[in-house]
Amino acid sequence: MPVYVIRRSLQALVVLFAMSLLVFAGVYAVGNPVDILINPQAEPLERERAIAALGLDKPLWEQYATFLRGAVAGDLGRSFVHSAPALQLILERMPATLELASAAMLIAVALGIPLGLWAGLRPDSVSGRAIMAGSILGFSLPTFWVGLMLIMVFSVMLGVLPSNGRGPTVEVLGVPVSFLTVEGWRHLVMPATNLALFKLALLIRLTRAGTREALLQDYVKFARAKGLSNARVILVHVLRNILIPIVTVIGLEFGSVIAFAIVTESVFAWPGMGKLLIDSINLLDRPVIVAYLLVIVALFIAINLVVDLLYSVLDPRVRLQEARG
Amino acid sequence: MRAPAGASDVRAAQAPARRVLSDFVADPVAVVGLALLCTVVLLALFAPLLSPQDPYDLAQLDIMDARLPPGSPTPSGGTFWLGTDDQGRDMLSAIFYGLRISLAVGAASTVLALLIGLTTGLFAAYAGGRVESAVMRIVDIQLSFPAILIALILIAVLGQGTGKVIAALVTIQWAYYARTVRSAALVEKRKEYVEAARCLALPPLRIVFRHLLPNCLPPLIVVATVQVAAAIALEATLSFLGLGLPITEPSLGLLIANGYQYLLSGKYWISFFPGLALLLTIVSINLCADRLRDVLNPRLQR
Amino acid sequence: MSAPGPLLEVAGLRTHFFTRSGVVKAVDDVSFALARGEVLGLVGESGSGKSITGYSIMGLVDPPGRIVAGSIRLSGRELVGLGHEEMRRLRGNRMAMVFQDPMMTLNPVMRIDRQMTETIRAHERVSAAAARARARAALVAVGIPSPDERLASYPHQFSGGMRQRVAIAIALLNRPDVVIADEPTTALDVTIQGQILHEMQKLTRDAGAALIWITHDLSVVAGLADRIAVMYAGRIVEHGRCADVLSQPAHPYTRGLLDSVPSRNPRGARLRQIPGMTPSLAALPEGCAFRERCPRAGPACAQAPAMQESGGRGVRCHDPLAAVAATAGP
Repeated sequence: MPVYVIRRSLQALVVLFAMSLLVFAGVYAVGNPVDILINPQAEPLERERAIAALGLDKPLWEQYATFLRGAVAGDLGRSFVHSAPALQLILERMPATLELASAAMLIAVALGIPLGLWAGLRPDSVSGRAIMAGSILGFSLPTFWVGLMLIMVFSVMLGVLPSNGRGPTVEVLGVPVSFLTVEGWRHLVMPATNLALFKLALLIRLTRAGTREALLQDYVKFARAKGLSNARVILVHVLRNILIPIVTVIGLEFGSVIAFAIVTESVFAWPGMGKLLIDSINLLDRPVIVAYLLVIVALFIAINLVVDLLYSVLDPRVRLQEARG
Repeated sequence: MRAPAGASDVRAAQAPARRVLSDFVADPVAVVGLALLCTVVLLALFAPLLSPQDPYDLAQLDIMDARLPPGSPTPSGGTFWLGTDDQGRDMLSAIFYGLRISLAVGAASTVLALLIGLTTGLFAAYAGGRVESAVMRIVDIQLSFPAILIALILIAVLGQGTGKVIAALVTIQWAYYARTVRSAALVEKRKEYVEAARCLALPPLRIVFRHLLPNCLPPLIVVATVQVAAAIALEATLSFLGLGLPITEPSLGLLIANGYQYLLSGKYWISFFPGLALLLTIVSINLCADRLRDVLNPRLQR
Repeated sequence: MSAPGPLLEVAGLRTHFFTRSGVVKAVDDVSFALARGEVLGLVGESGSGKSITGYSIMGLVDPPGRIVAGSIRLSGRELVGLGHEEMRRLRGNRMAMVFQDPMMTLNPVMRIDRQMTETIRAHERVSAAAARARARAALVAVGIPSPDERLASYPHQFSGGMRQRVAIAIALLNRPDVVIADEPTTALDVTIQGQILHEMQKLTRDAGAALIWITHDLSVVAGLADRIAVMYAGRIVEHGRCADVLSQPAHPYTRGLLDSVPSRNPRGARLRQIPGMTPSLAALPEGCAFRERCPRAGPACAQAPAMQESGGRGVRCHDPLAAVAATAGP
């Protein structure tokens, strides 16, 4: 197992390195790095100095080496707008995004798996069909519009929930979080629900399909033939089997939830890194865009790694292959 | 000898289309979806004829009519059925025109992406070997990132504008088509008739277009239907974030964004109705796609 | 507790499936009785209803299927119409089932020990340690070496034959009165088939359990069963003592089955096959279901024949090959 962890981590590092090469190529080579890295409002003399300081007159490989050195040291440039290191800006806002994404995923899992299980056990019942129809709606609803409608109903018409921001935060191990106060909860619940909707629809479909497939398997019939209760057959035998693909998807989708948080954060003015990205694109604050890109790629790779490891813990068949391979 | 063979070919080509149609209409929900979709498309096509006013002819707008609620009377004795926006524009007309732009951008990007993805996928499947694995690796990497992220990156690098939004939508979609076509073509490629065609030394292009392509169509149609809906939703999202279409092309997303600031003061209709139009468009396409997936799935055919 | 009557008595059992394309009469008027320690070979082609008969006894018929008529008595207790919980208490406890494909019957993501102990603890309040000890003993009994290591393994670490042994061990864990074996050797290598066959016979005999062996292969039951019931299109068409049925089949269908067993034919002789195909159970013709494939069919066969019972033998045919009454005898 430790050997596997080390090998997978090394693989992840290689992918991260490859991605840094791509990002570099995309931003420094394809686009005009002068435009991207130097404040467009700068004076000509200042530009010259900046070009020299950034080494943009040097050959490309040397630039990449400089870029990589900076990246490894955590230096991804300074924001023009905030005049602070770009990476620091991103990292400051990351906890808010992660909290929102986790809350959304939690909602999607807590509702999606039971609903999908129910729809899978009773595919022809009215409730089963209603759940499926709801999931089609969940796929079709444009996230940002649902966000607006939530604000309209709960903030404007009913006036029960705040429409924007994160509310007061409490520091846990130096990380600010919202979910520990009632006021924080009131701020969190609407954006989290909004962000959860799409993944909820996905999880319902996935769980339902997995359940229907598992129910046809002989091991389910055999489990019943052993005299196990229906609850045990479904909650242990069926669920354990369908959880393997579901956990994988949950893990992989977590990255996409973080990406889609960009939209939700904009609607609810949630102070996360997605909102920072949109503001930076609108203000042409390019170092922050590059930093966001690298951070999110690193996050994706980390998530993939964790999912892979989790998968091998859950599925004994994979563990065996790894031991052999 | 040839004529009867040709005739049976024609029959074979027509029969599936008819069967698909009759299977499709067997599901009442799908019929509702299709009817809804037809309505939306007709509204978009004939927007200039159906709209009570030309929402972008400034001569017809009166700032005094701004932000009127639904059902308010117009100065000329008519009714603003869905209210007006902050410039006194009739929302119903704006939605008809917005549908036009949203559907056009969605359809244009889908057709372009379909052509690129189809060609690449067929080429990869036919070429095989390193070319194939290189193309598929790119597809895999691209598909592992969420569409919204790729779109935002492209917009950030390319800049804004209608052409660039379409370019971003095409870049996102082509990979889906390439993957679908390639997997369908691979299955067909292993079948005997392709082997036979190769043995007859038929030119590769002929094999690809006469034999591989028709068999890739069913899954491709399903993916394309889903992708049109996704493209329309994504364009709306980008436009809402202020990174999509310019103000001169007011799609549904822009209309919704325009009403965002008035939502908090209770003037819901400026955002609500364009969103409803967007929702109905996407739901109708998805309902059709869901049914098409069942109808075109060879495993579910009896 | 030994009841005076038979251990298992199935009478007039009908299990129908209500599908969109019509009612499929998978089991249509099946009756048989089984004494303690007896082995019944239930023989038929695929689709003859033999597996559904087994599922019906176990109470494992899934919708759209349903037992529509008949009675199943275990030690005199009626099982048809019994509540879910009461049925559950009997399953895996008083009666157990072994399935055809051992690669599919064990849960791939659960360890063997858990799959075994849960079977014990579903029916008895025993400590985890005691359940584990019994599971270990059961593995030893079915001839699995190094049972402690095996208990901690997952199904994919076993061969097909080993998995079937585990499934048999699980079926016998609670010392059931009736074991239903649904073609448990069909999916295995020929060399393993014989071993499993003999072990299963020995284990059930030692446990004093009755065994229903479902198969399509007459040669498998020849050396195993005390009695044979031949099923065709949801009905038992012939039953009787194993030796009697095999040596003097009374139903033309049984004759056909026997003729198509390779080892029973002289060398060089052409293997005979039953002409035609198993009829669709959704659209059975009136009269005898075998009529269209039967070489002896006559006008009388347009009416469904009744089971003619005599001295422990029965045949459902208007024109049987052997007079049942004459061959029957103690």
